[in-house]
Amino acid sequence: MADPIIRICDLEKKFQSKNSEVYALKGINLEINQGDIYGIIGRSGAGKSTLVRCINMLERPTGGQVLFEGRDLCRLGDRELREARRSMGMIFQQFNLLMQRTAMENVCFPLELIGTPREEARKRAAELLELVGLADRAKSYPSQLSGGQKQRVAIARALATNPKVLLCDEATSALDPSTTDSILALIKDINRRLGITAVIITHEMSVIEKICSHVAIIAGGRIAECGPVEQVFYHPTTDAARIMVTPEALSPEKLPCERMVRIVFNGTKALEPLIGTMMLDCGKPMSIFYSDMREVDGVTYGQMVLQLPDDAEAIRRIYAFAESRGLILEELNCVR
Amino acid sequence: MFDEQMIEMLWEGVIDTIYMTVASTVLSYVFGMVMGVLLVICRKDGIAPRPVLYACLDVVVNLTRSFPFLILMIAVIPVTRFIVGTTIGNNATIVPLVIAAAPFVARLIEASLLEVDGGVVEAAQSMGASTWQIITKVLLPEALPSLLNGSAVAAITILGYSAMSGAVGGGGLGKLAIMYGYNRYQTDVMFATIVLLIIIVQLFQMIGNWATKRSDKRVF
Repeated sequence: MADPIIRICDLEKKFQSKNSEVYALKGINLEINQGDIYGIIGRSGAGKSTLVRCINMLERPTGGQVLFEGRDLCRLGDRELREARRSMGMIFQQFNLLMQRTAMENVCFPLELIGTPREEARKRAAELLELVGLADRAKSYPSQLSGGQKQRVAIARALATNPKVLLCDEATSALDPSTTDSILALIKDINRRLGITAVIITHEMSVIEKICSHVAIIAGGRIAECGPVEQVFYHPTTDAARIMVTPEALSPEKLPCERMVRIVFNGTKALEPLIGTMMLDCGKPMSIFYSDMREVDGVTYGQMVLQLPDDAEAIRRIYAFAESRGLILEELNCVR
Repeated sequence: MFDEQMIEMLWEGVIDTIYMTVASTVLSYVFGMVMGVLLVICRKDGIAPRPVLYACLDVVVNLTRSFPFLILMIAVIPVTRFIVGTTIGNNATIVPLVIAAAPFVARLIEASLLEVDGGVVEAAQSMGASTWQIITKVLLPEALPSLLNGSAVAAITILGYSAMSGAVGGGGLGKLAIMYGYNRYQTDVMFATIVLLIIIVQLFQMIGNWATKRSDKRVF
């Protein structure tokens, strides 16, 4: 496989306060390949924003390396760093548009910075506004646009200099669910059509599920787990990851804790009447507490939470059945 | 009420006052802008932190602003004589006015620039903007309405100072008020200068408000 476009090695960021040191990030290792949509998820304070800001040096790491196309950004001089930053677009939770400029002028801004002639810049900006579906709002000021429209302008602006990477720092966190979906669809579309690698910081599972190919779970300034989304989501190996990927409806407080199991569907099997067959096989009814199925690229993924019958023989048969079909039953009590 | 001569003097006073105020305001902005921008970018969390330079500027600004204007005007007489060649008249008044107003303007500009959302500055940095580009393309344009609003405040403050300068050889309405109104007990002249000053202040404020509103693209 080709070299990763972004490789983070042993990254560390500590903040110095009067009499103590606080590590915001420690021992971070990540590889992001060209064309990935890489999600980084964590709770607030986990260090995920610091991490993405270290990728373009808005925050200077205190140790380790950030390699972008093989060059260590930490070692670049001001001028070289400015050039490298032009290959990385960034969008923000609060959009950060210039309030005194129109949508068109906002998109022209990064082009002005590199001295693109005015006519050429306006032409490129018009194309980009078309791409994000805002061609008719070119003359509007940010205060006249909705949140979703502002984020679209910000995306157009981030793409103006033909970056290879788009960094998204909680880009959908200030938007309502349906606007979030449309922005995510836009990011996915850009990723597919322009081959731009996206790094998405979020605290929402749904964002990762919808568009990411890879995910890293960050907790307490460290990467708890990372890898392809389906692997991390459906087979978490660490407690931090398990807590993060468990839907809220499944939080231990909300479930009776006895004999709960999680079944993960990781492929086409969900199309068969598996659960029905299983119940018929063991001869006892079961309660379904949670079920969530979705299609990703034509393959069905999902998980279901069941309470097994209070009958040792039935449970034995269920496990035997699951094994024969290659299903993994995971006892949920361990989440506690 | 007034004879022709007095009306002419009052009119001349108005022109002189506006001349001193506008010229001093413009010059104060030339120096104050540099200081204000430096105060913003050099601060600890600014875009080009220079803690020592910031501390020095901060002290200089505070020091200059602690002088009562009347005292400052007298204290800088040698400087005035050196630059203008005389210590009386309109042009001689401009020197102490600028020295007194520039640090004040620097603070106004500092406050306006600090209002610019840090996120926008960060976005510009993420796009590879240099410090100079951030100043000229982000900070100043984004703060423009606030800067215009501040300039009306500055002009009105300078107008007040200029009236004071009448006491030590400055011209304008301040001189008339002191010479005729105070020394000769001509209350009507005093009254007339006050009315004229009120009108000029209103005028500055109205222009400032209008320009602020017109330039601001945030509210509709």
